[in-house]
Amino acid sequence: MLGRTANGLYWMFRYIERAENSARLIDAGLRMALTRSEATEGDWDGVLQSAGVRELYDEVHETLTSIDAIDFLLRDRANPSSVMSCIEAGRHNARMVRTALTRETWEATNECYLEMKAVLSKKARPTDMPEIIDTIKRRAGLIRGAFHGTMLRNEIFNFSRIGTFIERADNTARILDVKYYVLLPAVAAVGSSMDNVQWESILRSVSAHRAYGWVYDAELRPANIADFLISNGRMPRSLAYCYEKIASNLGYLEREYGERHAAHDTADRTLASLRSQSIKDIMDEGLHEYLEDFISHNNRLGQEISDGYRFN
Amino acid sequence: MVKNKGTTPLAFDEMMNADSSPRQPYSTYHEWYASQDRNRLIAKSKEAENIFRKTGITFAVYGHADSSEKLIPFDLIPRIISGREWRKLAQGIEQRVIALNAFLDDIYHKQEIIRAGRVPRELIEKNVAFLPQMIGFRPPGGVYTHIVGTDIVRTGEDQFYVLEDNARTPSGVSYMLENRETMMQMFPELFHQNRVRPVENYPNLLRQSLASLAPPGCSGKPRVAVLTPGIYNSAYYEHAFLADMMGVELVEGSDLRVIDGKVKMRTTRGYEAIDVLYRRVDDDFLDPLTFRPDSALGIPGIMDVYRAGNITIANAPGTGISDDKAIYSYMPEIVEFYTGRKPLLENVPTWRCSEPQSLKYVLEHLEELVVKEVHGSGGYGMLVGPTASKKERAVFAEKLKARPTNYIAQPTLSLSTVPILVNKGIAPRHVDLRPYVLVSDKVQIIPGGLTRVALKAGSLVVNSSQGGGTKDTWVLED
Repeated sequence: MLGRTANGLYWMFRYIERAENSARLIDAGLRMALTRSEATEGDWDGVLQSAGVRELYDEVHETLTSIDAIDFLLRDRANPSSVMSCIEAGRHNARMVRTALTRETWEATNECYLEMKAVLSKKARPTDMPEIIDTIKRRAGLIRGAFHGTMLRNEIFNFSRIGTFIERADNTARILDVKYYVLLPAVAAVGSSMDNVQWESILRSVSAHRAYGWVYDAELRPANIADFLISNGRMPRSLAYCYEKIASNLGYLEREYGERHAAHDTADRTLASLRSQSIKDIMDEGLHEYLEDFISHNNRLGQEISDGYRFN
Repeated sequence: MVKNKGTTPLAFDEMMNADSSPRQPYSTYHEWYASQDRNRLIAKSKEAENIFRKTGITFAVYGHADSSEKLIPFDLIPRIISGREWRKLAQGIEQRVIALNAFLDDIYHKQEIIRAGRVPRELIEKNVAFLPQMIGFRPPGGVYTHIVGTDIVRTGEDQFYVLEDNARTPSGVSYMLENRETMMQMFPELFHQNRVRPVENYPNLLRQSLASLAPPGCSGKPRVAVLTPGIYNSAYYEHAFLADMMGVELVEGSDLRVIDGKVKMRTTRGYEAIDVLYRRVDDDFLDPLTFRPDSALGIPGIMDVYRAGNITIANAPGTGISDDKAIYSYMPEIVEFYTGRKPLLENVPTWRCSEPQSLKYVLEHLEELVVKEVHGSGGYGMLVGPTASKKERAVFAEKLKARPTNYIAQPTLSLSTVPILVNKGIAPRHVDLRPYVLVSDKVQIIPGGLTRVALKAGSLVVNSSQGGGTKDTWVLED
């Protein structure tokens, strides 16, 4: 396969993953706004931070309002992580690697783009938001379904999956890092209802508020939330799950090519530490430092994969 | 009841006779059409548009704001050609394509046609499409034009003319294939009733044809790739489509590099050699070391690899000289010179504005002529005399006088019409035809082609960049 094609697949799936993540963050933000009586601009501050676009927002807007924040996350082309920017970039990459995709996967991606372009052609009214979020999730689900149902499990599949999980690990780590202080033991002891809202919003940001209850006590506990999102190998957005998948897809490539790169060692090392470290150790040593470290290693892995497989 | 409305008085309609009965090749189709509910057909028409949009069968229009991807309108009434008509066309096309290849081989070697005084030397050697780098070099298998798209127009029951020989990188074949696919999906019953010759195996034939012309330096199974200028090229969809259907890599210049005397592509496992390159990049951009030094689309050094016999480039560099519009006017002589027979297909009478007598005639008859730039394509930079305004003609006349060698002129042919579906039923529109020809050790002509149709009543401009549409083209088995 061409190095450029591997690169295109990797980024196509990173962008689609990011589009969904941005939509989920908006969803969590809206939900938080609903559960309060007073003004909620402060919550959007956190949402923008989770999306990693807080500073960019300030370059475009003078004040922080929920309407502007939603528009910025949803459809602003100036924000490369907005839902529309990501869908456009994902589809652009898909066009570049069209010969590597099944007709079903391409069409699902193209139709996602066509529908979202129509839906997001003008500023969304607050009353339309639930339907818009729903459309994004449904469209992303259709791409995933077409991809899983029709693609051969070969190198094309591996590079696509690696892109998906590098992006997802990055997203989950950022969400946790932005809210790390509400998970600290000292704060947890307070256990105010305010924190409950924050904790729930973390779970909603990763679509895990229901699943949490299946695994842990119904009551939200910070250590359990962190454990769920970092170490739980069955939670599809946890760092451990993402790295299981990254390592196994890299493993397929290693066996098929008969070639091992720096990326393999990095991924295996990260996975081993995710498996062995307890959440207590992580919290004791500093959640924030741990996550910062993780994000930078994750970025480095992306670069090593790009180098090893001659993306450019 | 089928009625022709707004027929251009003199145009030959391929579906309907003057007495409102269908012409023979259309009789089965016409019967089916007459039994159809119009609203159903209009709904089907929308369905076809949706299929094209979701598949992403688009093209880019240069300089068109806010619509980098456009759909080419598809009309669902097929253009039908009888087996007898096709055999005549195919023989003529084959003769012409053989002559084109012989001509190219000759002008890059002995130049006998020039020495025989049949084609002027300066027309060849001063032509920008003539590549001195090709002199004395014979491409693998002696084939220059691996893929040709011969543009044909019709003016009557037995009158066919060749309008252009597209011998560089003819496009549009993906529309031929997608139009057929769409028609078969929407109207399977029509393909039971009519014996339509298949076009679907084109990608397979193309791959076999290309692979059979691998260079001498190729050992083992030839590796074929399609070279595209990239995602922003107007025909990108087609490049991706053909690579996909042939099961070969779609490469860009940045993927390729000359290593150890071979052209290699950067893969996830390292660099791998390519033997046959179906390039959809113009000569100028192919090799920055040989041609345009500012080209980022090409591969530095590929011409050296080519001349050393380590890669096949399809079509060969320098074939543009054979489909140049100034050369076109000499095609009857060229065909006769190399095949020893009169051309089976006629040329459109052509005035070369470089000749003072012709220029005078053209300037005096602008309102009845079509004037084209010698090197233009896609319907840009041409004047359609009868439909142009007085002012447009006056402006064009000045351009003609300033650079007469840059233009040729032809009579405005009354192109045949085929009906298209409109809101009130059907209405005749002018069409042309581009069949596709593959050249290897044999000449293969795909029974069908791309029918382009001018969607505006009375318009003669069928180019997709100027509001033209397409139709499925049927060649019947008979």
